Amino acid sequence: MTAPASPTKVRGETILSVDNVVKHFPISQGVLFKKQTGAVKAVDGVSFELRRGETLGIVGESGCGKSTLARLLMRLETPTSGRATLEGKDLFKSSGAELRRLRRNMQMVMQDPYTSLNPRMTVGDIIGEPFEIHPDAAPKGSKQKRVQELLDVVGLNPEHINRYPHQFSGGQRQRIGIARALALRPEVIVCDEPVSALDVSIQAQVINLLEQLQDEFGLSYIFIAHDLSVVRHISDRVAVMYLGRIVEIGTEQEIYERATHPYTQALLSAVPVPDPDARENRNMIRLTGDVPSPADPPSGCHFRTRCWKAQDICAIQDPQTVLRAADPHPSACHFAEVRPTAA
Amino acid sequence: MTQSAVRPTPASPTPPGGHLLEVRDLHVEFRTHEGVARVINGVSYHLDAGETLAVLGESGSGKSVTAQAIMGILDTPPAHVRSGQILYRGRDLLTQSEEQRRQVRGKEIAMIFQDALSALNPVFPVGWQIGETLRQRQGMSKADARRRAVELMDLVKIPAAAKRLGDYPHQFSGGMRQRVMIAMALALDPKVLIADEPTTALDVTVQAQIMDLLADLRRDLDMAMILITHDLGVVAGVADRIAVMYAGRIVEHADVRSLYRSPAHPYTKGLLESIPRLDVRGQALSTIKGLPPNLMRIPSGCPFHPRCPYVQQVCVDVVPHDLVLGDGRTSACHFAQEVRDDSAR
Amino acid sequence: MSDFETVAATENQAARRGPSGEPGAPNQIGAAHKPRSLAGDAWRDLRRSPIFWISLALVVIFTLMAVIPGVFTTNDPSDCLLSRQHAGPSGGAIFGYDFQGCDTYSRAVYGTRASLLVGALSALGTGVIALVVGMLAGYFGRWIDAVLSRVIDVVLGIPLLLAAIVLLKRVGSASPTVRITAVIFVLAILGWTTAARVVRSSVITAKEQDYVAAARMLGAGHGRIMWRHILPNSLAPAIVVLTIALGSFIAAEATLSFLGIGLKAPTISWGQDIDTGRIHMRESATPLIVPSTFLALTVLAFIMLGDAIRDAFDPKLR
Repeated sequence: MTAPASPTKVRGETILSVDNVVKHFPISQGVLFKKQTGAVKAVDGVSFELRRGETLGIVGESGCGKSTLARLLMRLETPTSGRATLEGKDLFKSSGAELRRLRRNMQMVMQDPYTSLNPRMTVGDIIGEPFEIHPDAAPKGSKQKRVQELLDVVGLNPEHINRYPHQFSGGQRQRIGIARALALRPEVIVCDEPVSALDVSIQAQVINLLEQLQDEFGLSYIFIAHDLSVVRHISDRVAVMYLGRIVEIGTEQEIYERATHPYTQALLSAVPVPDPDARENRNMIRLTGDVPSPADPPSGCHFRTRCWKAQDICAIQDPQTVLRAADPHPSACHFAEVRPTAA
Repeated sequence: MTQSAVRPTPASPTPPGGHLLEVRDLHVEFRTHEGVARVINGVSYHLDAGETLAVLGESGSGKSVTAQAIMGILDTPPAHVRSGQILYRGRDLLTQSEEQRRQVRGKEIAMIFQDALSALNPVFPVGWQIGETLRQRQGMSKADARRRAVELMDLVKIPAAAKRLGDYPHQFSGGMRQRVMIAMALALDPKVLIADEPTTALDVTVQAQIMDLLADLRRDLDMAMILITHDLGVVAGVADRIAVMYAGRIVEHADVRSLYRSPAHPYTKGLLESIPRLDVRGQALSTIKGLPPNLMRIPSGCPFHPRCPYVQQVCVDVVPHDLVLGDGRTSACHFAQEVRDDSAR
Repeated sequence: MSDFETVAATENQAARRGPSGEPGAPNQIGAAHKPRSLAGDAWRDLRRSPIFWISLALVVIFTLMAVIPGVFTTNDPSDCLLSRQHAGPSGGAIFGYDFQGCDTYSRAVYGTRASLLVGALSALGTGVIALVVGMLAGYFGRWIDAVLSRVIDVVLGIPLLLAAIVLLKRVGSASPTVRITAVIFVLAILGWTTAARVVRSSVITAKEQDYVAAARMLGAGHGRIMWRHILPNSLAPAIVVLTIALGSFIAAEATLSFLGIGLKAPTISWGQDIDTGRIHMRESATPLIVPSTFLALTVLAFIMLGDAIRDAFDPKLR
């Protein structure tokens, strides 16, 4: 396989741009006459840019909308509003043949290696399906060869082309999913919790594979995970989501060493560090309570109900994710400041 | 295969009255249609009053099965305890009748699970479920059981406990459900609490709350705790000692500081090097090559040898003993000294 | 239900699985231990089930009887002599002769073909209708589902026999081929609803799977998704229902023929023979008992076979 990025494409330029994307799932009541009684604000105005060749990590707890965001970008869900462009082409407005062309440029690796592969198809059929859907992606007769190349690229035995998914372990199945995502030589790959279903000793193998593929093919990743350590390891930039919004976004160093949003700080301090000596001298922020329901988020700043800095203004005025004086990266907090004793 | 068996347990001396709980050379196998899976192959560990032992391992390492054997909740068949002893205050639980074991279960040793949602009955209110044990086992009146249930819910810091008594499990968030399950486990005032992946299903901020709660409860109620987990971070935060399991045996056993500072088994070393760390930038992840073994065909000699960077011919031929290292730790590796010296560097 | 539920479910699932993906199930035998497929498990159960083997043997015997009746009897079922009326066993006629002087056993053997043909083709027709309706309703959902589900409810509300009688009355005296086609048609038209419901629900389960999402992300069209991904994964329960239905279609055909509105001479069928046998029951019971036993065994065989397969495939029972 050759790298898909042609030499004219500049590393670092914006490849995917997401602008104020909203997804509200209506809650309706009634059997015969459905009446909308509310909406779950799964994604509530998210904007970011992805640059060519970089990895943008998206972290957040369950229910923060990160998986819905991935499904929106992959057009598995229709957004309520907002705009996204992939290499200048509108992702949400395209349909039919145009959408199919766009899909070649953006693929996803899913979380669960057990349900993401059709149990009744052979590995060859699974990885070869992209070529059947896009016959022009592989010259006639070369499909089998391409599939075997892909198996080789992801570190599987090319002779296993006729095996079924259940004959592979979780980590190997995840590699099959990665091979399928790579088949059409996309430039952007959305990884939705790609290693969280795997055992610790297997996680590192898959992370290293993803990094190696990125170098080899010039891929850009959106890497969604709840594991902050994994995200730090793989990401160039990181966005932190809470209740459907990005509350802070910046480079890996800005987020992990100079976070200015209280939620990011709390999240980071809660991550257990595999170092018993850190036990006593860790400065942990203990959040109380649970994440509020996205069907009824708090007014103003969504985080204010669990925030120790909350003032009256937080309930009234919605903090924008903009550059703050504390550190030059966007943070959605009225009282943004770098934590003096960062954990 | 049984050489690694009964020998003085490491890392802490035997107290005068014997250990509170001791597992001795336990062997468990699962007899299935496809063959016999050797799930536990000579596991020995002990627990003393007031301490926290972490049992660390990946899926299939046998860490949960050992706990289920202690609780006497193994599904038999397919599981069969082939040999071994589980001593609680000196009495072997495995030779006791089901009736005697029921007395131990809950009252002496209690267990909490990963999935609180499926461990709770969806059709009964949580207050009723917490109280059920009290009514059944201690013959408490309805009103007393209710009062005690509120106390327990307060103990596990469920806000407005009295008001939430009548709520059903689905009305609680994941973290709160886990608290309800902990309250149920504490109902009979157990001396040992086994926590099987208690925070795996939870978000990190909630996980921190639950781990704090467990640590507080262990101290306040003077319990001993066995924490079963795959998460090296969680272990580092609370455990006194660690037993690392691989392919149904304990490969390394040490106090928590020594183990993190200088792991003496290649598997432990590999695990520690393969996890990305929050506080370290741009580190290269080394990996453990290959896959955990199929428990129906455990490799000869040291079960870790096909994946081990230290492998020599002896590893293929000879099952390694628990090598007792100078500082009272053990490692089931022929080259334990070397591995430890390498990692200390 | 609203889309929200699916999303919430997915996220929950993700959260519950957590970082290790350790199944909460106690009997995790080993990471490298290959998860067995449902079909493999089912086959292992089936292999040890006597009911399965008995019913399978009966189905094979009756199928052979339908295809090559000559192997089972050398007597011609239409070689009837009134002089042999109700005569005892002789020659190849091991069960003697009926009212018309025909070989009872031979007639039962030759009647298998019509019964199985009607049963199998009705089941096939039913299967086609059920797959199409169930797939469309389950896959597209929304108003298509609402409309088709109401159609299913309405058809389900029609009593099968009564409607069959009404419809078949109009066919009148036609050629054997037309008659048999009419019976098959009527049974299929009226009998597809249960199977359609089963298909619909298994399609709904299958379409929520991640591999379907993966295919959508690759740009696969509805046709490919339904054909390659959903159909193979939702066929098994439908086949079970259809096997059971096949048995009941054979019974329904016999009932219709017994009532004189199903198959008619010269087609040999158990239903007609049971009717004739019943009239002359007092003179000789054998011409009634033999076709009745054949009918009962066939119906039982298919229903047992379907049941055995369903039990083996039902994960809730394991």
